[in-house]
Amino acid sequence: MMPFVNLFVMFFRIGFFSFGGGYAMLPLIFQGVQDFGIMTAAEFSRLVALSQVTPGPIAVNAATYVGYQYAGIGGAFVATAGVTLPSFVLVLIAMHFIRRFQESQALNAVLTGIRPATVGMIASAVIFLAENSLFNGSVFSINVIQHGKDYINLLPCIIFIGTIVLAGKFNIGPIKLTVIAGIIGALIVR
Amino acid sequence: MKLIWELFFTFLKIGTFTFGGGLAMLPAMRRIAVEEKAWLTEEEMVDCLALSQSLPGMLAVNVAVYIGNRKKNLIGSISAVLGVVLPALVSILVILLFLGRIEDNPYVQGAFEGIKAASVALILVAAYKMGRQTVKNKLEAMIALISFAIIVFAGVNAIWAVVFGGLAGLAAYLYRRKKGRCV
Repeated sequence: MMPFVNLFVMFFRIGFFSFGGGYAMLPLIFQGVQDFGIMTAAEFSRLVALSQVTPGPIAVNAATYVGYQYAGIGGAFVATAGVTLPSFVLVLIAMHFIRRFQESQALNAVLTGIRPATVGMIASAVIFLAENSLFNGSVFSINVIQHGKDYINLLPCIIFIGTIVLAGKFNIGPIKLTVIAGIIGALIVR
Repeated sequence: MKLIWELFFTFLKIGTFTFGGGLAMLPAMRRIAVEEKAWLTEEEMVDCLALSQSLPGMLAVNVAVYIGNRKKNLIGSISAVLGVVLPALVSILVILLFLGRIEDNPYVQGAFEGIKAASVALILVAAYKMGRQTVKNKLEAMIALISFAIIVFAGVNAIWAVVFGGLAGLAAYLYRRKKGRCV
């Protein structure tokens, strides 16, 4: 019983204290794993690589991996439940309060300001993701001009532009485009 | 009962076909919730994302709880979360139990590179579509630009952009109210 309790507590804490999801959670998971002494650094880097190429939230992939290594299939479920539960409770509480103050003009004014900020935040994520996919490093650096050719990854850029056209102009769904991009990548990018 | 299953299968689909976690799951969630199912308006989707990013935990799970709860209360959020979590759990177990080191496979790596590139584009398109609905005046455009700039150039945590936007919205409201009283 103890391994399950340990796992649950550890992943509940990770779920509770990590803002920013997936990548922000990985350092906390690494710490937790080291405290347990169940995984080498090499194995942890495998976990990170696997979490990226498998579907779904990275933290769930990681929780399943650690849980399984530590306590088998039951451990995988317990760790996943632990990392998910805080989200659950906190979102429900927050929604409850927002609903209670729905009529408040001040709250609506705050929300009116938060909406464009959220759009700006999502656009900023595009830059960070582009730096690890379309470019090799920072977008806003002199390298782009000086070493354009080695700096820009050609095929990912073509997929990027093709996806913009298909999603933006022809309104084709993200899931279809993800599958197509995956197939093209598997056949060509290598 | 039908809606409970619909939430489960919808989020199961999202959880199965989105890779890399976090904002990579946003375009599919927005597309289905706003355009296909009309569960939320564009503005409600943005509110949902703001809340999900401001709270701890995984973005996709937070969004699933939010939408599930809006449509069918607690039971709705449970089925949406089970749907979005299950593929992530099952895929790791299947790999550990049966498949071995697939992450070193060149085809898998190639597919992943392709998906990453498409995902950047999909998030950009989703941000554009949401921006078109929610950024309607100069003040809102300024807020969007500033929050983009402080995250990209000053490396500020995304939560502070949300806090900044909220304060700016509140300040504009108080200013308008004061002016209205004077006139």
